[in-house]
Amino acid sequence: MIPELGHFALIIALLLALTQAILPLYGAQRGNLTLMAVARPAAQGQFVFVALAFACLAYSFVTNDFSVENVARNSFSQLPEVYRFTATWGSHEGSLLLWVLILGFWSTAVSVFSRHLPEDMAARVIGVMGLISVGFLAFLLTTSNPFERLLPAAMDGNDMNPLLQDWGMIIHPPMLYMGYVGFAVAFAFAIAALLSGKMDVAWARWSRPWTTVAWAFLTLGIMLGAWWAYRELGWGGWWFWDPTENASFMPWIAGTALIHSLAATEKRGAFKAWTVLLALVAFSLSLLGTFLVRSGVLSSVHAFATDPARGAFILGFLTVVIGGSLALYAWRAPKMITGSGFTWFSRESLLLANNVILIAALGAVLLGTLYPLFMDAMGLGKISVGPPYFNAVFVPLMAPALFLMGIGPLARWKEASLPDIVTRMKWALGVALATGLLLPLTLDGFKPWAALGFFLAAWIALAVLAALLDRIKYSQGKLPQKLAALPRGFWGMLLAHFGMAVGIAGIAVVANYSTERDVRMEVNSYAELAGYTFTFRGTTAHDGPNYRAARGTLEVSKDGRPVATLHPEKRVYNASAMAMTEASVHPNIFRDIYVAMGEQLDDQGAWTVRLFHKPFINWLWFGALFMVVGGFMAASDKRYRIALRRSEVPKNIAAQGA
Amino acid sequence: MKRWLPLVLFVILVGFFAKGLFLNPREVPSPFIGRTAPAFTLPLVGDANAAFSPAEMEGHVWMLNVWAPWCVSCRQEHGFLMQLAQTKVIPIVGLNWKDKAREAASLLARTGSPYVAVPEDLDGRVGIDYGVTGTPETYLIDQAGIVRLKHIGPISPEVWQTKFEPKLKELGA
Amino acid sequence: MAMKPRHRKLALIVLVVAALGVAVALVLNAFNSNLVFFFSPTQVANGEAPTSRAFRIGGLVEAGSIRREADGLTTRFVVTDTAKSMPVTYTGILPDLFKEGKGVVAEGRLGPDGLFSATQVLAKHDENYMPPEAASAIEQAQKAQLTVVE
Repeated sequence: MIPELGHFALIIALLLALTQAILPLYGAQRGNLTLMAVARPAAQGQFVFVALAFACLAYSFVTNDFSVENVARNSFSQLPEVYRFTATWGSHEGSLLLWVLILGFWSTAVSVFSRHLPEDMAARVIGVMGLISVGFLAFLLTTSNPFERLLPAAMDGNDMNPLLQDWGMIIHPPMLYMGYVGFAVAFAFAIAALLSGKMDVAWARWSRPWTTVAWAFLTLGIMLGAWWAYRELGWGGWWFWDPTENASFMPWIAGTALIHSLAATEKRGAFKAWTVLLALVAFSLSLLGTFLVRSGVLSSVHAFATDPARGAFILGFLTVVIGGSLALYAWRAPKMITGSGFTWFSRESLLLANNVILIAALGAVLLGTLYPLFMDAMGLGKISVGPPYFNAVFVPLMAPALFLMGIGPLARWKEASLPDIVTRMKWALGVALATGLLLPLTLDGFKPWAALGFFLAAWIALAVLAALLDRIKYSQGKLPQKLAALPRGFWGMLLAHFGMAVGIAGIAVVANYSTERDVRMEVNSYAELAGYTFTFRGTTAHDGPNYRAARGTLEVSKDGRPVATLHPEKRVYNASAMAMTEASVHPNIFRDIYVAMGEQLDDQGAWTVRLFHKPFINWLWFGALFMVVGGFMAASDKRYRIALRRSEVPKNIAAQGA
Repeated sequence: MKRWLPLVLFVILVGFFAKGLFLNPREVPSPFIGRTAPAFTLPLVGDANAAFSPAEMEGHVWMLNVWAPWCVSCRQEHGFLMQLAQTKVIPIVGLNWKDKAREAASLLARTGSPYVAVPEDLDGRVGIDYGVTGTPETYLIDQAGIVRLKHIGPISPEVWQTKFEPKLKELGA
Repeated sequence: MAMKPRHRKLALIVLVVAALGVAVALVLNAFNSNLVFFFSPTQVANGEAPTSRAFRIGGLVEAGSIRREADGLTTRFVVTDTAKSMPVTYTGILPDLFKEGKGVVAEGRLGPDGLFSATQVLAKHDENYMPPEAASAIEQAQKAQLTVVE
């Protein structure tokens, strides 16, 4: 009964989404206020019914209703309750439902926080988001119904993929989708602006906080994904340039370009057309990413062979949404008037250079991700494009962008003085160069890529400091007051840039100075790595809720002093008989000690064991977290709230006058 | 002109996707279509002393359905296979792929069996001979033991009507 | 001196062309040296695979072929596409889903003695499906076999 209720709720949600899309858009075109007023209640109602459908599916998962095919495929009676809940979005169907749920959430948020927008703008934005909801709900209902019954019911489920049974994976998809779908707001603002022909600075100010929040969520989602891969895959790697990862990274690159370009548009009215295009591209890449991953076209051709209807729908939907918006852009772009001029060296020109480099890097990643697919489609053979390609292209492309990142915040709008910046940054350049050249020597040998990484990290961190000093130089009062007077948008930018510096330092160390060993270990034998001694104390049997495991004990010591006792596991899951390596990690701020078990070699209890020493790995996560906090901080800037109040006043007066 | 550039790039991209999806048939036709089905002899689930070999089916049009107890898609097509078995349109042999006989036997006892015989391919050797990449997959084999059709994925009434029935008519069964 | 719109446009075009040029050069260079091609054991047996660069092979791990060397870490096994087989050696811990009779993809180099030294062994995250590359190798081989019989 509950699954049918959920199915029914989805149908109602589709009808409401159609209402949300058609009436307000038509009303805005006609200037009909009654039709425009439908937008908000329709969006909120749609969200309520999608949430109801989601709750029904979650209920089916938590109560082990194996008469629902989706549950039978992706859950298991012995699965711990929290994973039974998260299995709701573990499947293709469930993850799409989560997508629509989050889209409903964002639409509702826009409907609540858009009181200050002109009515036609709000109606158009919500209407465009309604159109996207229509597409996704129709896709769910026609090809991927999450409530499909399975008769006769299965006795038990197939279990969730054991790799996903990890708490990093519980929050990774919702955060990632908050980012993906958040770009739908920027997209809807851009489309609304193109439709109305009013691409003014106000448009940039409205969409800026939404875009920044979406970007922060996406950053968090990608970080959690990398963190999960690092701990759960048992290989000590955190980024594989795997198509799935690239699918989330491409919208991030476009989003990063967008938040910078929006700054120039808002403050100076520059790059209007370009900013609109970036907003379209960022969301288009989110759509592409969702579908590339969820359709399974990248990992297994089987996914489409069994259901070509899905492939056809996806392609049709992408064509309509992306093709339609790009056509609208091409038609309306000439209407956009460029703002005031700027010189070759100014904050505008630096932001532009940053954008051009980011887009070039984006193109290189897109090419590398889709190239194998093209080759296969054209019957030109099977190839794979691995990390060496991406590293060889991405790192050299990004290095100049990271260098400019240091100068950008110091440069004045419109016209900056190069000699002035050189004077102010000489010391920083010197210190950064010294760091790049000398720091690698204190580590395990000089490596050019590590030197570059240290140089850039130090350069960006010092530039953040220089920007801060520059900003408070002429303000009044004592230091704490000076600092408190700085707007949150500025603090957010500093924090995000500083996070980048921390992250780069982490990458430079972990990519160049990690050490690992695969060793055969008998009980009570020891092995050494990076100055640590690992003593293997054998394994014991350990039963989890839905798996059985051999749990090893390794004592780690340094210079005779015990450091940690680690318990890596080799699990076999009951439902799928799938073997899984559960690594064990001892973290601190300067390094992780990471051990994973291979396989048992003989009856005496000898195992192959993989030992890792990962210096500075945690700087990566901290760097990303700084960026996330910076993003939220910038979005909460007073400026957006003042803008909100100021524009409310004339509206009220207008209402009184009418 | 440059404002059309993003659209043009996207259209090219869509062209590639469409080609990948539709022009190049994703379901590679099995090389066995029109060939003799590979021979094998395997013990039966539920009676390890008895065996099954495709030679026994000579003179009949029959289906070899590759399935496994852990496979949810197989359970999805199970209902329809039961209907087919009841109407006695065609005998179905269920190759139990890479799984233990005990689990297959207990599942069939519970849900009913649409199969005339259930040979057990524990190590997957026969599956390899037939080019099985996953379950469920179904082969239609004619009176002379020649493979006429291969279907990847569960059989639905729709698939049956559009794919299998015309072939069966052709074979005069 | 503020730039005139025309000059600004020119500067923009120069900038974009320069960035794209660098990107294209990097991409071409990286493609040249870093694309990993895929060969089936039959293609390797026919001498189609290069000996000078790394490539990928795929197929099934032949039943009963896994041998562990005395160090406990080096494993030798045979990969087959059901038509041809080839020996592979790998030092290190194999992925969880590496099993006899299952699909496997390995990346490495071919030695003059015909032994494939793998630097990486990949197995998919899902038990029930073969890696597409391995599945395609087997399909190709069977097609070829049947053509030979003709």
